Amino acid sequence: MASALHYSDALIAGILRRVRTIAMVGASPNWKRPSNFAMKYLQEKGYRVIPVNPRAASGGVSILGERACASLDEAPAPVDMVDVFRGADAALEVTREAIRLREEKRIQVVWMQLGVRNDEAAAEAAAAGLTVIMDRCPKIEYGRLSGELGWGGVNSGVISSRRQRLAPAPGRGRQR
Amino acid sequence: MSEEAKQEAGSEADTGGDGDGPRESGGGLGFETRMIHAGAGPDPVTGSRQTPIHQTSAYAFHDADHAASLFNLQTFGFIYSRLGNPTVATLEERIASLEGGRGATCAASGHAAQVLAFFPLLEAGERFAASNRLYGGSVTQFSRTFPKFDWRCDFVDTEDLSAVEAVLAQGAKALFVESLANPGGVVTDLEALAGLTRAAGAVLIVDNTLATPWLCRPFEWGADLVVHSATKFLSGTGTVIGGAVVDSGRFDWTASGRFPGLSEPEPAYHGLKFSETFGDLAFTVHSHAVGLRDLGASMAPMNAFLTLLGTETLALRMERHCRNAQVVAEWLTEHPKVEWVSHAGLPTSPYRELAEKYLPNGAGAVFTFGVRGGYDAGVKVVETCELFSHLANIGDARSLIIHPASTTHRQLSDEQRVAAGAGPEVVRLSIGLETVDDLIRDLDRALAAA
Repeated sequence: MASALHYSDALIAGILRRVRTIAMVGASPNWKRPSNFAMKYLQEKGYRVIPVNPRAASGGVSILGERACASLDEAPAPVDMVDVFRGADAALEVTREAIRLREEKRIQVVWMQLGVRNDEAAAEAAAAGLTVIMDRCPKIEYGRLSGELGWGGVNSGVISSRRQRLAPAPGRGRQR
Repeated sequence: MSEEAKQEAGSEADTGGDGDGPRESGGGLGFETRMIHAGAGPDPVTGSRQTPIHQTSAYAFHDADHAASLFNLQTFGFIYSRLGNPTVATLEERIASLEGGRGATCAASGHAAQVLAFFPLLEAGERFAASNRLYGGSVTQFSRTFPKFDWRCDFVDTEDLSAVEAVLAQGAKALFVESLANPGGVVTDLEALAGLTRAAGAVLIVDNTLATPWLCRPFEWGADLVVHSATKFLSGTGTVIGGAVVDSGRFDWTASGRFPGLSEPEPAYHGLKFSETFGDLAFTVHSHAVGLRDLGASMAPMNAFLTLLGTETLALRMERHCRNAQVVAEWLTEHPKVEWVSHAGLPTSPYRELAEKYLPNGAGAVFTFGVRGGYDAGVKVVETCELFSHLANIGDARSLIIHPASTTHRQLSDEQRVAAGAGPEVVRLSIGLETVDDLIRDLDRALAAA
């Protein structure tokens, strides 16, 4: 059994603050699916999320206003982060694709969703200079570090006498 | 980007290592730090350092799409205070942190929290088991009112592990116990029971009201859910009625298929599966979005605020409560009018070893003793006290006294009363924070009159 993963709050907050465009591999056009929930939330926080879903792409489907791409190759650069919303088995292939395209797409981060862990993929990505996060959800992490998760009674683990660590910067997110 | 954010972004390391200093996630911080800080950063808009009382029924939406996202559970936020309120949420996160849980849901009372705890677990016609040593009100709730939902409770002596095993084998989906049982002096062997519930795929629910997380943290011994009456030591000054259910986040709701409320599509949320969508947050999201939505027993913001104030001094108060209680219990054992004293901190207590294991910071401040002279003598003692208040509550800064057989456990049968440790001669004390010599003088006078 592999050891538990630990990522510092500063590392996660840094990624979520720096990243602007996310390619979500496995984003579903079905609004009731978890990937669609996460995509919508991240869009609301000001990220551009490009769905990668071959079936949706072949049908010419848009997901939450973004045309679905058949592969990472098709995603317009820059792609700051690849969010792997696929099973652990598929994560290796997706990660190798991200490594191959890292310069062309300016990819900095490979993020595997909650429940997804592939240590081989992580080692290859880290060797290629990519930052790797596994078994976490960017929506939950954003909510946790911005204080929103605590709105639901969840133990965020964040203790601070300072104001929030992560909140939409001015000009990001939709206009209110 | 704010100046602060720029500074952080410039200085962070991408190594994923530990050692980010005291702001790093709360798990590494001490209990006393978390009882003051957990859940409560400065208000993001005003900077208010103490938690504001959000005395509002409802919350404005940004636009129709934002409203839809909230109703669909696609985003975090507030809709209506029956489902969630910022002041209440602060208390929920604090209690979850103190218990070491994943999340918490506050409720209008401890009894409401118990309904909320069972609500996602039980379908009509299903069974659960409960210790026969429980607060009398819980016995009545489980045996009289729950059957109206067709939820059936089997009471069991949880010190008889084979009896517990048998009742779990007969299909009980959960086992409900009190860590330190009311009316007092009884400590439950949580680790042994957790082994049995785990093997049976059942949920171990622990009422941790009398112990508080300062004395005992049931999740460390394998409990799956913890319930509280926040009315007691958490708020601590007899000001509020409130409760909470805390989820460890560790129970796999999908493995057995026995918990469809959490693992199967929820029609009222467009077929969403809570476990799939929310992972280890499933229970906490469900108990707000479905439990509070439909049962409606929500905590009031003012009560959450008062309970938050209480939690800030929990450890300090519990230390003094326990020390005073230990002194009073030892004094009572020497009194000629006292037949016995049931306090797990006494050397003669059969629960002494369990108390040392599960309650290392103190054996609690609620306990019972038997007065020579039975029912009438018990009534006389409670009616004669000047400092001890004769009322049906526990966990107050004031010392409290009651005769359970004529009050809290009155609804029970004679057999149930004896099993629950509330026989005719039993007097229950909840020791407060007063000068302990004054408490002893008051009891001495009352016992002389009995």
